[in-house]
Amino acid sequence: MIYWQIFLAFFLPGILGYGGGPASIPLVEHEVVDRYGWLSVEEFSEVLALGNALPGPIATKMAGYIGYQEGGILGAIIAVFATVGPSLILMIALLGLLMKYKESPRVKRMTTYIRPVIAVLLGIMTYEFFFSAYEGVGIWQTLFIGAASFVLMEKLKVHPAYVIAGALVYGAVVLA
Amino acid sequence: MTHLHIFLAFFRVGILGYGGGPSSIPLVHKEVVDKYKWMDTDEFGDVLALGNALPGPIATKMAGYIGYRVGGFLGMLNALIATMLPTIILMILLLTVLNSYKDQPWVKGMATAVVPVVMVMLATLTWDFVKKSGTSQLGWIWASVLIVVGVVLLYFFNIHPAIIILILLVAALVKKDSTSEKKENQAS
Repeated sequence: MIYWQIFLAFFLPGILGYGGGPASIPLVEHEVVDRYGWLSVEEFSEVLALGNALPGPIATKMAGYIGYQEGGILGAIIAVFATVGPSLILMIALLGLLMKYKESPRVKRMTTYIRPVIAVLLGIMTYEFFFSAYEGVGIWQTLFIGAASFVLMEKLKVHPAYVIAGALVYGAVVLA
Repeated sequence: MTHLHIFLAFFRVGILGYGGGPSSIPLVHKEVVDKYKWMDTDEFGDVLALGNALPGPIATKMAGYIGYRVGGFLGMLNALIATMLPTIILMILLLTVLNSYKDQPWVKGMATAVVPVVMVMLATLTWDFVKKSGTSQLGWIWASVLIVVGVVLLYFFNIHPAIIILILLVAALVKKDSTSEKKENQAS
């Protein structure tokens, strides 16, 4: 019974949450706090805060942890599958269909038409990250870290892994 | 060998992507397009567009699909596990063992210092797509029009991207090819 509830609690945010994991957080909260009462609001925000401090996708981290808390390892597996499974299956089916007809001029045109929208979506995300950096560390640190990582990644072709690791160290030492 | 590459690619994406799935998109691009060349930027754009049009977390949709394309069902499981498992385990350990770390100033410093780096990666990727739009068969004029309209609709009117992507997909399917247009003119 608890497993079925875990499945439902994460299936709904997974299938209703548009715009990636972070967008589905309020939906997860609704299920976990309001409907099933597994966590209080305070506990939920603590889990969320730690989830945000750790790397990796946020929705699955929340699902994995809350599923584990309510139903052990099996609970964690069910919660993660319910979050990821349905939309992934849809994705593979639709892209499979698209790839089958990829030589058709109409399908080629899809790629062309959609490209500017992707540019806009990425541009908006860039702006949101700029704003969140500005609020977090101020304009000068944002410009400094931004310029340094631009030179390292784009001009000197350093792998992002090293740049991110460097930023983590810089943050722990200088921004603490 | 492929499976090792799939695992490494998405392990790095999962462990380096701070701020949830969307911030790891440029990392996925780096691994999948630049490093392992499993697809080109155009295909990556298609996958990202469809991923955005469908509900659910974006990072695992991309990992799952790309893993499936490269290594079948096993590749899909591999990519998903590599993306999620390390950080879920970290999360469970930290929450059950030592919950007090998240308020430590150095943890907060780490989380905020990464944001500008992701910002630069996103800006570079944005410019890639702008350049590609302008040099495609759309041309710079139509590409600019679409971009400006896109900014207005998405940012100022908060229209959901899924709706715009869907409309453009339908337009691409319905629009007649220039050859069939000629035929129709002759017929009428």
